Amino acid sequence: MAIRERLSGNEAVAYAIRQINPDVMPAFPITPSTEIPQYVANYIANGKVDTEFIHVESEHSAMSAAIGACAAGARAVTATSSCGMALMWEELYVAASDRLPIVLALVNRALSGPININADHSDSMGARDTGWIQIYAESNQEVYDNFLQAYPIAEHEAVHLPVMICQDGFITSHGVENILLAEDDRVKEFVGEYCPAHYLLNEKEPMALGPYAVSNYYMETKRGQREAMENARQVILEVAERFEKMTGRKYGFFEEYRMEDAEYVIVIIGSAAGTCRAAVDRIREVSGKKAGLLKIRVFRPFPEKELAEALKDKKAVAVLDRSEMFSATGGPLGTEVRSALYGVKSQAEVVNYFYGLGGRDITVEDFEEVYVKLEELAQTRVVKDMYAYIGLREK
Amino acid sequence: MKNTVEIRWHGRGGQGAKTAALLLADVAFKTGKYVQGFPEYGPERMGAPITAYNRISNDPITIHSNIYSPDYVVVVDDGLLESIDVTQGLKKEGAVIVNTRSSKKEIAEQLKRHGWKGSVYTVDAREISVSTLGRYYPNSPMLAAVVSVSGVVEPEEFLKEMRDSFAHKFAKKPEVIEGNMKALETTFAELAEDGAKAVRKSA
Repeated sequence: MAIRERLSGNEAVAYAIRQINPDVMPAFPITPSTEIPQYVANYIANGKVDTEFIHVESEHSAMSAAIGACAAGARAVTATSSCGMALMWEELYVAASDRLPIVLALVNRALSGPININADHSDSMGARDTGWIQIYAESNQEVYDNFLQAYPIAEHEAVHLPVMICQDGFITSHGVENILLAEDDRVKEFVGEYCPAHYLLNEKEPMALGPYAVSNYYMETKRGQREAMENARQVILEVAERFEKMTGRKYGFFEEYRMEDAEYVIVIIGSAAGTCRAAVDRIREVSGKKAGLLKIRVFRPFPEKELAEALKDKKAVAVLDRSEMFSATGGPLGTEVRSALYGVKSQAEVVNYFYGLGGRDITVEDFEEVYVKLEELAQTRVVKDMYAYIGLREK
Repeated sequence: MKNTVEIRWHGRGGQGAKTAALLLADVAFKTGKYVQGFPEYGPERMGAPITAYNRISNDPITIHSNIYSPDYVVVVDDGLLESIDVTQGLKKEGAVIVNTRSSKKEIAEQLKRHGWKGSVYTVDAREISVSTLGRYYPNSPMLAAVVSVSGVVEPEEFLKEMRDSFAHKFAKKPEVIEGNMKALETTFAELAEDGAKAVRKSA
């Protein structure tokens, strides 16, 4: 029997960390992720976990300490947001290339400037090429569920990569919602013990980790990382299947909502998917028009084939990005979805939108308008702009 | 109760509007509802106007946007009435609940300037809090007021849950439990006289 609770997204992640009881948590506070290490510090002080908390002087040090701990053979966790992750940048690459299964609880927040504390995917989207697995959540339930699945994915022998569990700052991190929690013993059994095959503190197997790699070796290392990322696809699905057996909640690379007969589809990541879901229901109820939603859960590795298959026969697709990348051609998700569809010679019209930057709210009505525009687009088949904005104040 | 009730809270940073919204979510959760309680932060500083929200429903809630046409508005600081149109988007059949020492008539006049002609309820949370607790904690009276006016939770159920939650929260200072309960009951009694919909059976 699951435990019926109401928790904020940050509380849910801290609760998962308590259940997992990782060995080491180095962390440095930054809004809106601060509560996660704060709650874990409480658990430690109250003797609920024996995690070693390392008070570091910066996020660069937090990730460095996580790397050190994980390399030594410990299970490590940290949490951050926005500029905090920017300060970890160098170390994000090190963690991935050293193949260290660290889990990072990322609470998505806009990057400066102007300085802004609200939900925006610029932080994690900027880190999409660092070699981390990235898993996103719509709700507090999902961020909890994703967190429980993180270590089994990261530590799988065919993967051995760090995992970023992302949730939207304030919207889920500070919003209290109903949630179903799994019992401690079942979580412990699901996540298991971390028993790395190779680790620095193994005196029987002296080894070096993260040495200089001359040009003769560097490229093969990158090839190895790619292979691990490819392997992650299968492992993510296997872990999700095992998770479903424990909780009854089903997860994949993405979720399809009323997609079977859908003609007009919105592709989106994160908490706004829930708002879009309400728009889909309302449209279908009021006008009977065939609106559908595809919510990305796993962005790295990118589920290109499956996504293209799900979208290729649709009439029109709007891909919504919550981060800019200033290519002046669109956002990170928009670009990758277009690219995926190119490979299958899809006839679907694709348009890219920016929304929600710096926490700009997006409503059910905003989504309804996007569906109206998709219908127009399907009729005219003329994409006026490669990308547009939702909720932008024009002069 | 209609299926989803949406409530918007207006307060100032540090006054507890966010906490009140979370407490309401808490108590509604305990009575079996699906709930959301979330804050909207502007610049983070004491005294800046802040908004907090509740959705309370019999069905799962997936919407993650702010609330623009609430069923009820709660104003924790009547000083905000000058600078903010607190009734913006408020449903015609809805109601606004203001913590104030002014009379209901004065507040209704003030809100009329923003075009609000619907229901107005006033609570003197300071008076209630000081007389029952000896200090000014507006949360208990404001919570009782929103429950009383909206009926999102049955009053008897609400009082039972609040007693449990005070017993837990004030385990180390049980002397404040009765005062807090009295604050809730006084608010219910006052609003019942004012025609609030969820009246205590015993009142």
